[in-house]
Amino acid sequence: MELYGVEIASRLLLGTAQYPSPAILADAVRAARVDIVTVSLRRESGRLREGQDFWSLIRTLGIRVLPNTAGCHSVKEAVTTAQMAREIFATNWIKLEVIGEADTLQPDVFGLAEAARILSDDGFAVFPYMTEDLIVAERLIEAGCRVLMPWGAPIGSGKGLNNPFGLQALRAHFPDIPLVVDAGIGLPSHAAAAMELGYDAVLLNTAVAKAGDPVAMAQAFAGAVEAGRAAYLAGPMEARDMAAPSTPVLGRPVLAR
Amino acid sequence: MRVTVVGAGVVGLTAALELSERGAEVEIVERAAHLGEAACSWCAGGMLAPWCEGESAPAEVVDLGAQALDWWARRVPGVASNGTLVVAAPRDVGEIERFAARTLNHERVDETRIGALEPDLAGRFRKGLFFAREGHLDPRMALGALRDRLAERGVAISFGVDGAAPSLFAGAVLDCRGFAARDALEELRGVRGEMLILRTKEISLARPIRFLHPRIPLYVVPRADGLFMVGATMIESAERGSVTARSAIELLSAAYALHPAFGEAEIVEMRADVRPAFPDNLPRIVRRGATNYLNGFYRHGFLLSPAFAQKAAATILRDVRDTNENHRQRRRA
Repeated sequence: MELYGVEIASRLLLGTAQYPSPAILADAVRAARVDIVTVSLRRESGRLREGQDFWSLIRTLGIRVLPNTAGCHSVKEAVTTAQMAREIFATNWIKLEVIGEADTLQPDVFGLAEAARILSDDGFAVFPYMTEDLIVAERLIEAGCRVLMPWGAPIGSGKGLNNPFGLQALRAHFPDIPLVVDAGIGLPSHAAAAMELGYDAVLLNTAVAKAGDPVAMAQAFAGAVEAGRAAYLAGPMEARDMAAPSTPVLGRPVLAR
Repeated sequence: MRVTVVGAGVVGLTAALELSERGAEVEIVERAAHLGEAACSWCAGGMLAPWCEGESAPAEVVDLGAQALDWWARRVPGVASNGTLVVAAPRDVGEIERFAARTLNHERVDETRIGALEPDLAGRFRKGLFFAREGHLDPRMALGALRDRLAERGVAISFGVDGAAPSLFAGAVLDCRGFAARDALEELRGVRGEMLILRTKEISLARPIRFLHPRIPLYVVPRADGLFMVGATMIESAERGSVTARSAIELLSAAYALHPAFGEAEIVEMRADVRPAFPDNLPRIVRRGATNYLNGFYRHGFLLSPAFAQKAAATILRDVRDTNENHRQRRRA
């Protein structure tokens, strides 16, 4: 999978918040062989620059960091946070979140498109957290995004893929843009389902961080993502309404024995 | 046997008391001018709640924390053993199930039982968990009581003395400086916590209430004279500074959601401090020459300091005995 010109092996991206400890986070990342973790600048730091020790711990994992603008409710906040992230993590990658509503943490897609344009023009590689809306997707691509990250369900809800049809339509419309399901994944089966739809990767946090055993759950997700991807590539069968016997029944030669 | 304890926070004081009770001659030095001024334990919740902590902490925290209530009750006055009540807003009741699945030693409680336990919360919550074997204390009173108890045993605290250089002291040194020991302990990081203290005479609670929320779980701990401690945020940051508006809103919202009368309460104090933590969020005894470091208590200062004070005291006294024994053997040889 190629994201903004970088070849990435693992199709499972993990968030770094809410783990019982940084040591368990590190074990989970290693066990699942994750290549990209997201780091929230806003929620994890009192004064933006002061989370240094935690960030150093993340850096010692030796994998790519995708900073995010979690918790930003306005274009201005998101842009400022992105610029700060570029400085701290020395990367032009940014997972762009512009939250529109506090209870569902639904993205404000208008603000998102505006912030994506500002940041793309400023040289950022923008990973926008969006709804599965086609027109929003078009606007984001116009704004310079070369990766799209539609939600499966609201952040932290664990509801899985709320609108598989919408996600499928998005995949069909943008065959060449890497698509990542971001948010709402609760179970490995949800992650597998996203991959079976032809999605390039999934990004999740709570489902692993808040599991009873985060390390084991990270491994379960890694397996599910791999299985879903393999199934997509293998060409899944079409579902049908009637039974289709896999052995001929006429004359029942087998049952007669 | 002479031991200098550096730092008069909860870790330093509990360790000093354990050492003194085991017969060591102890002295405490503290960089601040007054008790609690520079100690993050001054801002602690004072919950002795090992089973609740088990929701996210490893089994070691639960096992070692289980003896804390007894340790404190034997040494300081005012330790309450009324349990912990865990509740959630109606739309977040799923969090109760999640919490129940991760913890032990709780009883499921319904609206009637919640009202019986906490009459002021009657009719406000339909589901909850009651951890009957837990307790709480007022950290500031407890630290003061430890200081007095130590003074009775002839252990004095020298305030205004920076103990960062252990070579200053003769004999064994136990460094309990919390996050200030970052200069010696590279793996130590700060986890910022913000708390506030409210005063209202309209509500009374017998025990800490944990208010579950998928993103912002908070708690309210009752103290004497109508005071309530509301805590605490958990932010990966080593900035002490003042409380942010966002955190104040979150803390106040939780208190208000627990009971609207908190909306009329007086804000007595808002404070932020930094918890010292190692990457696994568990305390450690780290030995460097003649100095032992006892640090990394994260959010479990009052819960785990008794168990680790005992371990540290045993380690130090054994080392001193071994050294003396070696000296004697060499003299004889």
